[in-house]
Amino acid sequence: MTANRLAESLLALSQQEELVDLPKDYLLSGSEDEGDNDGEREHQKLLEAISSLDGKNRRKLAERSEASLKVSEFNVSSEGSGEKLVLADLLEPVKTSSSLATVKKQLNRVKSKKTVELPLNKEEIERIHREVAFNKTTQVLSKWDPVVLKNRQAEQLVFPLEKEEPAIAPIEHVLSGWKYHKVVKKGKAKKALKEFEQLRKVNPAAALEELEKIEKARMMERMSLKHQNSGKWAKSKAIMAKYDLEARQAMQEQLAKNKELTQKLQVASESEEEEGGTEEVEELLVPDVVNEVQMNADGPNPWMLRSCTSDTKEAATQEDPEQLPEPEAHEVSESEGEERPVAEEEILLREFEERRSLRKRSELSQDAEPAGSQETKDSSSQEVLSELRVLAQKLKENDQSRKQKASSEGTIPQVQREEPAPEEEEPLLLQRPERVQTLEELEELGKEECFQNKELPRPVLEGQQSERTPNNRPDAPKEKKKKEQMIDLQNLLTTQSPSVKSLAVPTIEELEDEEERNQRQMIKEAFAGDDVIRDFLKEKREAVEASKPKDVDLTLPGWGEWGGVGLKPSAKKRRRFLIKAPEGPPRKDKNLPNVIINEKRNIHTAAHQVRVLPYPFTHHWQFERTIQTPIGSTWNTQRAFQKLTTPKVVTKPGHIINPIKAEDVGYRSSSRSDLSVIQRNPKRITTRHKKQLKKSSVD
Amino acid sequence: VGEMETAPKSGRDVPPKKDKLQTKRRKPRRYWEEETVPTRDGASAGPPCNKKNRELRPQRRKNAHILKKSRISKKPQVPKKPREWKNPESQRSLSGVNPGPGSSPLPRSKAKTRSRLEVAEAEEEETSIKAARSELLLAEEPGFLEGEDGEDTAKICQADIVEAVDIASAAKHFDLNLRQFGPYRLNYSRTGRHLAFGGRRGHVAALDWVTKKLMCEINVMEAVRDIRFLHSEALLAVAQNRWLHIYDNQGIELHCIRRCDRVTRLEFLPFHFLLATASETGFLTYLDVSVGKIVAALNARAGRLDVMSQNPYNAVIHLGHSNGTVSLWSPAMKEPLAKILCHRGGVRAVAVDSTGTYMATSGLDHQLKIFDLRGTYQPLSTRTLPHGAGHLAFSQRGLLVAGMGDVVNIWAGQGKASPPSLEQPYLTHRLSGPVHGLQFCPFEDVLGVGHSGGITSMLVPGAGEPNFDGLESNPYRSRKQRQEWEVKALLEKVPAELICLDPRALAKVDVISLEQGKKERIERLGYDPEAKAPFQPKPKQKGRSSTASLVKRKRKVMDEEHRDKVRQSLQQQQQRHKEVKAKSTGARPSALDRFVR
Repeated sequence: MTANRLAESLLALSQQEELVDLPKDYLLSGSEDEGDNDGEREHQKLLEAISSLDGKNRRKLAERSEASLKVSEFNVSSEGSGEKLVLADLLEPVKTSSSLATVKKQLNRVKSKKTVELPLNKEEIERIHREVAFNKTTQVLSKWDPVVLKNRQAEQLVFPLEKEEPAIAPIEHVLSGWKYHKVVKKGKAKKALKEFEQLRKVNPAAALEELEKIEKARMMERMSLKHQNSGKWAKSKAIMAKYDLEARQAMQEQLAKNKELTQKLQVASESEEEEGGTEEVEELLVPDVVNEVQMNADGPNPWMLRSCTSDTKEAATQEDPEQLPEPEAHEVSESEGEERPVAEEEILLREFEERRSLRKRSELSQDAEPAGSQETKDSSSQEVLSELRVLAQKLKENDQSRKQKASSEGTIPQVQREEPAPEEEEPLLLQRPERVQTLEELEELGKEECFQNKELPRPVLEGQQSERTPNNRPDAPKEKKKKEQMIDLQNLLTTQSPSVKSLAVPTIEELEDEEERNQRQMIKEAFAGDDVIRDFLKEKREAVEASKPKDVDLTLPGWGEWGGVGLKPSAKKRRRFLIKAPEGPPRKDKNLPNVIINEKRNIHTAAHQVRVLPYPFTHHWQFERTIQTPIGSTWNTQRAFQKLTTPKVVTKPGHIINPIKAEDVGYRSSSRSDLSVIQRNPKRITTRHKKQLKKSSVD
Repeated sequence: VGEMETAPKSGRDVPPKKDKLQTKRRKPRRYWEEETVPTRDGASAGPPCNKKNRELRPQRRKNAHILKKSRISKKPQVPKKPREWKNPESQRSLSGVNPGPGSSPLPRSKAKTRSRLEVAEAEEEETSIKAARSELLLAEEPGFLEGEDGEDTAKICQADIVEAVDIASAAKHFDLNLRQFGPYRLNYSRTGRHLAFGGRRGHVAALDWVTKKLMCEINVMEAVRDIRFLHSEALLAVAQNRWLHIYDNQGIELHCIRRCDRVTRLEFLPFHFLLATASETGFLTYLDVSVGKIVAALNARAGRLDVMSQNPYNAVIHLGHSNGTVSLWSPAMKEPLAKILCHRGGVRAVAVDSTGTYMATSGLDHQLKIFDLRGTYQPLSTRTLPHGAGHLAFSQRGLLVAGMGDVVNIWAGQGKASPPSLEQPYLTHRLSGPVHGLQFCPFEDVLGVGHSGGITSMLVPGAGEPNFDGLESNPYRSRKQRQEWEVKALLEKVPAELICLDPRALAKVDVISLEQGKKERIERLGYDPEAKAPFQPKPKQKGRSSTASLVKRKRKVMDEEHRDKVRQSLQQQQQRHKEVKAKSTGARPSALDRFVR
């Protein structure tokens, strides 16, 4: 509402400004329709006077409006008229004249133009930003909720959480940097050559271009002073070469390179010559290619397989001594230029690549490091292989782009293929599927046994109950009167029970008249019995009395009345100062006339009992229920015992427990998931935002 | 009481299968089933196997050591049964049915607690299933004695049984004629392999009764009141006329405990390593044999004590008194845990079965009673015996034996968990002298009877537990194994003060201390930290924070809470109504029911 009004006033303002620009003649003269206005004004005044009678519009009345009669040449005033000036009013007289069409248009344009909303003030904007940011962050973080919940509820957590990675240092570090980069360089050259070869077959024109580029790079190399043994490194090597075989080899290598690079090529003008040249190149390359093909034909390289599968440190360290001497051997025999070591190099390179990709997959945060190493490697190769690099880039760009794409796609699915593995692994770690299986199996198998087991005691219990009820029923009225109880107790003890007819009656030494003896016994027992029952009841009464909480009598004799020997405080006083002890819980033997159960607390046992409730429990019975099942091996089968006593957290000694990462729990990358999260629920945010905006605009 | 009597015996109801058997001589044909396969057939088929007049199968033991599982599977049942019985609330919750918000605050409890409870429940179920499943591994079945149609098994005498069983089992029936040294008390070791007996006139001997290899034989030159093995067969406690003596299996006196004097009865609590002695002076003394200390000496204040028995379930000692009461004792309490008036005359004998469920007592009023020990202490069945029973004993599988003069009567129950029905004796046997000591041999179908004429070992099919736990009490264990077991048992020794009526009390929260602690904490802090904070209306501006409006707001919140409560209770009521309705409709008798036969 207010905003609308604001907008209207703004509009009016702008109109006024525009109107100011208009020539004077177009302005209306106030005198023209004065007579008309007079009557209206009077009417208006009358209305106001009437409306002011109720005293509400007093303020409005107080307003002076003498300026309204004036017609200013700078401003249009509608004061005094009591209504608002609308653009249409101004345009009304203009309607007729066609010469004012342009003005009209302008005005219409002004009218159609929408005003820009007022910018929100800073605090509100900040608040909105905060809210949006909060929502976003909660969304992003909420993806961890299931993970956290799962880990909290997991029966067992095995740390480190992430998949066991090869604990060895990457091979780059194992090899010295120099050697590694050399191998990489060689591999790159090889690759470039191979690609070039392929390109030559597929697209001769492009190959020609490439060749030209190579030539150009070679020329550049010739121009520069690289590989001239003039660099710092070369000089140091030259000094070292005397003593160090490796350094000497490196020197020789560089010299050879220099020779190769600076060798002037016979520029063949004829295509035949070029053909021959390429043939030469081909001849040069053939063995490698053949090697490659063979290797590919062999299928997966057993070395690679091993490197893939062997994650353990031991395997890698075993491998290392094998790998290490080989480049050296190759260096030694490099001058001879054999194919076999080249192939080995390929293998090595692949291994590196494999390891790198593995590492990439396993850890994304450490991604920076491999990338960095790659960069350094690139820079080092730049020195020697500038031309080849250019070539390789080119190759990548044009012809081999699709292959590259394919390969990249190949790697991505690989990554994706690898991704679910940890997901599968985790339940394996957490839930121990083997046991789960057995449990399920057990459930299947043990159902009937369980059933039997449950069934078995029931009839017994029922039987007991049915037995108990007749025993208990007579108990019920007993609680009322002691007499009844006693009688019942007597009944209980003196009921004639059927005597056993045994086949083997015990022989009695003194041959006595059994009847007579029985009689005597009965009388004796009857007398004895009375005593027994009475004694017992007395004992019970005493026990009950003793266990009852005692009342506290706080009467002080002699206060407020006469005291002395033989004088007792009045009953009223006694009643007033007697603190009655609260009624204790009913005795366990309340309904059992023949039993006295000791109600005293066993403090020795209580010392071993739990006296503070553990955290999530609010009632003691909840906790009791969780510790009901004994977990010792005495009461459980071996497997159940193991299951019940599995540690909640298992850590591997000597392993770093890193904080949990997105890849560990199967999230691809944090940024993508963030985006997806936000896209998934854009509505809520925007609606909120809108609401906020609206609210602020209203204010 | 009545139920026991009316319960039909399965063996007797079986109709005769073949006519020729009836024409046959009365003398029964018996056979001993050697292999497990035919016995299983017999057990499953039942009636078809009845062509044999009687089936008699004293259990035979395999030499293979059955793994721990065999026993383990049974153990969970033992604590479970009383528990289910004792507190129906927990049982209700065990069954998975929520007892409703009124009776328990489960639905309102937090999700975390609920999940914990669920986990606990699932665990319990899983373990019980596993335990039930491992019962498959119990290879041996108990023996039994079954009479042909209407035939009384009590008529079968030992000679018949011996004739029917295999040689090895037959060798377990023997008599030791030791008339010289007068009535004998006897005791089997926990594994059931060794037997110790002591005569009134000082004769003490211990032997491996299966192989009849004598370990030691001495004369203590003093009256022997009772004899008992300690935790292993290597130690022997003998209650002599004046003091308590301890001998080793060579007959060498190791200790003379003078603080336990004039002991009349001995009991050994194996899991606590306690030797309980009841004396003529009226004291019940607990001696910890692992450290040699007297844990407690309790004055029973009931005169001479000469009736004692232990409850194997909770290690409570039962003492019988001359005023007809049986008192239950624990070393932790100076007073008896409970007192039960059992007989009008004095109590002559007490015995408690292995599950701690039933207690048999016999008194001077010639009555034999079986009491339920699970809370009510009421007699389940009562019989008057011609001359009363002087000695009572329960077997591992719940058979009850009573020694009356020179006769022993054995009663059997319907199943393992049921009390013995006193209606009809299972077996009877007459001895050469009045009975003085009775004990069933563990893991064997053998009853040892000490009498004035010596010792009699008689065969009682179905008395012993057929499957033993090789790790707990292994009859075939070697010396080394015994030593190892001893160490383990000592490590697992239960403190004496933990003996109480409910052995599961330790798994309960000490509610009294809990409440007390809470109260103290509130006192210390000055407020209740766990109490829900009362609603405090926020102060508002522009004159809307007047006292009246504050009160109004408070009332509003209170009313809302109240309404919630009412709504909940109404819902509960409705639910209950529905349940009742459903039940009533389900149980309503139909007019057509009268035609159902």
